[in-house]
Amino acid sequence: MHLKNHVWRPLYIVLAIVGGILLTRTLLVPGDFGIHERGYMYGWHRKSNEAEWKAYRVKYKTAKVCAECHKDKYNDIKDSPHASISCENCHGPNYDHPKDPLGLKIDRSRALCIRCHAYMPYKDNIRAKIPGIDPLLHYPQAECVMCHYPHNPTKPNPKYNRREVKP
Amino acid sequence: MINRREFCKKAVIIVGGIALPLSALEVFNPKRLLAEKDGNGKVRWVFLVDVHKCVGCGFCVKACKIENEVTYDANVTRTWVERYVVTKDGRVNIDSPKGGRDGFTTQKIDQASAGLKEINPGEIAKAFFVPKLCNHCENPPCVQVCPVGATYQTQEGVVLVDRSWCIGCGYCVMGCPYGVRYFHPELHVAEKCTLCYHRLCKGMVSACVDACPFGARLVGNIRDPNDPVTRIIATEQVNVLKEEFGTKPQVFYLGSSMEVK
Amino acid sequence: MVHGEAWTLKEFFVYPNEYIYWSIQIVMYPFMTGLVAGAFVLSSLYHVFGVKQLKEIARFSLVFSLALLPVAMMPLMLHLQQPQRGIYVMMTPHFTSAIAAFGIVFTTYGLIVASEIWFVYRQFIVETVLELRARQQRSAVESARLILYSLLSMGAMDLSPEALHKDERAVAILAGTGIPVACFLHGYAGFIFGSVKANALWMTPLMPVIFICSAIVSGIALCIVTYIITMEIRKRIFARNRRNNPGLPSTEELKSAEIKVVTITVKYLVMFLVLAITLELLDLIFRTYTAVKSWDILRSVIYERDFFKIFILQYGLGNLVPFIIFLRPGLTIRRALIGTLLVLLGVFMMRWNVVIGGQAFSASFSGFMEYHLPIWPSSVELFKEGLFGALAVITTPFVLFFLVTRVLPVFGVQDSH
Repeated sequence: MHLKNHVWRPLYIVLAIVGGILLTRTLLVPGDFGIHERGYMYGWHRKSNEAEWKAYRVKYKTAKVCAECHKDKYNDIKDSPHASISCENCHGPNYDHPKDPLGLKIDRSRALCIRCHAYMPYKDNIRAKIPGIDPLLHYPQAECVMCHYPHNPTKPNPKYNRREVKP
Repeated sequence: MINRREFCKKAVIIVGGIALPLSALEVFNPKRLLAEKDGNGKVRWVFLVDVHKCVGCGFCVKACKIENEVTYDANVTRTWVERYVVTKDGRVNIDSPKGGRDGFTTQKIDQASAGLKEINPGEIAKAFFVPKLCNHCENPPCVQVCPVGATYQTQEGVVLVDRSWCIGCGYCVMGCPYGVRYFHPELHVAEKCTLCYHRLCKGMVSACVDACPFGARLVGNIRDPNDPVTRIIATEQVNVLKEEFGTKPQVFYLGSSMEVK
Repeated sequence: MVHGEAWTLKEFFVYPNEYIYWSIQIVMYPFMTGLVAGAFVLSSLYHVFGVKQLKEIARFSLVFSLALLPVAMMPLMLHLQQPQRGIYVMMTPHFTSAIAAFGIVFTTYGLIVASEIWFVYRQFIVETVLELRARQQRSAVESARLILYSLLSMGAMDLSPEALHKDERAVAILAGTGIPVACFLHGYAGFIFGSVKANALWMTPLMPVIFICSAIVSGIALCIVTYIITMEIRKRIFARNRRNNPGLPSTEELKSAEIKVVTITVKYLVMFLVLAITLELLDLIFRTYTAVKSWDILRSVIYERDFFKIFILQYGLGNLVPFIIFLRPGLTIRRALIGTLLVLLGVFMMRWNVVIGGQAFSASFSGFMEYHLPIWPSSVELFKEGLFGALAVITTPFVLFFLVTRVLPVFGVQDSH
């Protein structure tokens, strides 16, 4: 048809809008955005985001890192029933200890111990095989560490005098 | 009434009208659209949960929240632990107070607004704890429904969220049958378990795996036949959650039970 | 505060991350798009299928659908956690998602409606330009109007019979193209819900069809309501002005014209209403009969927790009562108004019961979530996803309609269509 025909005028606006969107697209969308390994359905993304996630800061450095310097503590716990508990579960995440003071806020609270040691009447469950107490009845005013030595619960805690705790 | 000529004309117009928006789908090269259905890389991370070994201490939830900077006191979490207490009359009582972040320290079942429920220990037939996390499905429905490509699966099978691209529509949150997604309370974008991608790529394991004192959680590479996790999945009786959704979940459960939701 | 925590009340076991993430604005979204689609379909009944009796309301509903158009997007923008990134839907669309096509379908549809209106109003625009140009002296307002109408004319000043005939043909083609696009726009809003396999209530292939039918119902209903209200205002204005200008139509003349339009429009409304209810009931019967795994929890939501909202407000007040009102002989304006308002309530409740009802139970099927609409907007989020945000969405189309009709009047326009 002839372009002079007025019927096509709204089409110019449409073309301008489509052009505008395509132009914005080239400006706004990062170059690495596209279809990656998992195809269009599952892999349509900005590739550099993977590297951003990989660079995410690691806070928990594992007991192995602790053992490198604190051999004594490691030996203390390694043969105890608590050997499988990672140091950072109680001592807090390492972050960049000792440089970074953020880490290592030791949690000596009762709340921490009763995560495993609050008794549950679940007889076929492994939870019942862990020595359990009723947190409301077993020395509720005391911290567990006043009697029990966390690195080796079979021994009394040498830092405290057990007799100070009243039932 | 309209005659045949008119009808044909109108039919053409209507069909054309439908084809117009559909033609927008053709902007992509069909060859590229063919998804590599099963990735062929050397690594495909999977997760293994041994329900028999979980005592519900919640150290995994705590470690996850700190490691991944999920607002500690917010009532959302990337991983959580559920408690199932089945009584002799067949009733199933489930709870997960604070996602199990502080463990399970009371015998009472948290029923949210319905209050705490006491269960007579003599009535208990069985009880167990079930850790939950993102299943990093082979067919992740959450990724399928993201309108902008802000969430995706890496070659290693990990489902991630691009926090700089998420528009926060919540479709992925609605699309996940497992309820693992939510909005980050501070960043206001979709948020989920990354399987600690940043640790895996450094040769470490996920923070929750390290934190578990009982070995109830393991992460492994299913493409490595010698990986202990691969061996267990290959040789033992494992299960997955909500298989009926066709998501092909990649978190495997040892010792799961029919009550598990 | 976690998004959703402020208005979600959990009961029994609900997964820790589950909240009512899609709240009032997502109720508003299909409601508003439904109104847009319905208004457009109503106008097309005249332009495409030549239903002559609808001539008067056709122009009206076309302009109204333009006013409703931006408002269909408003609830989405209010709902997004990152509204400034909303444009990414157009930038990197992921078409495996039902939402991805929204930008494209919405824009296509908007352009169709705008072009159609341009063709319908071209004669009026050009005549206005010529009339303003002819004046010797122009006030500031008139100069501004001249500029506005000149821009709107896009330089197409030809008013020859051939040119006007082309306009007419363009309107017919655009209206014809617009129907499937309008249905697509809305049916696909239904698809957004119907395709969520994780949600037991939403997942049904009937969802898009149910959405289209109820969309047309609500669109027609709103057009009738607005038409009646506008006519009421016109009657008052004419009654006042008739003293100076006895040539204006009398109140009785307006009334008889009005009831004619309303009666015929109501017929189409009832037709689509029957279709919508049939499909909804089919869905319910099918769910009851097949009773799959999710039925236990769905039943307690549908028949117990949401009974009042579904069976009293939606089916009772929103469908049954207007049905009786419309089918009784001798329809009056007042009864038509009450009936259509109830229909609007019914469709709104249907959206509510789908969107909120679909999140009333946990994906674990072991617990419930109750929605508490935030009333007082004590924070931005509680405004956006609360009563006042919804009210803002509801009132905007009327404001826009008022503004648009300042430029493009819907009554008393000389035209060839």
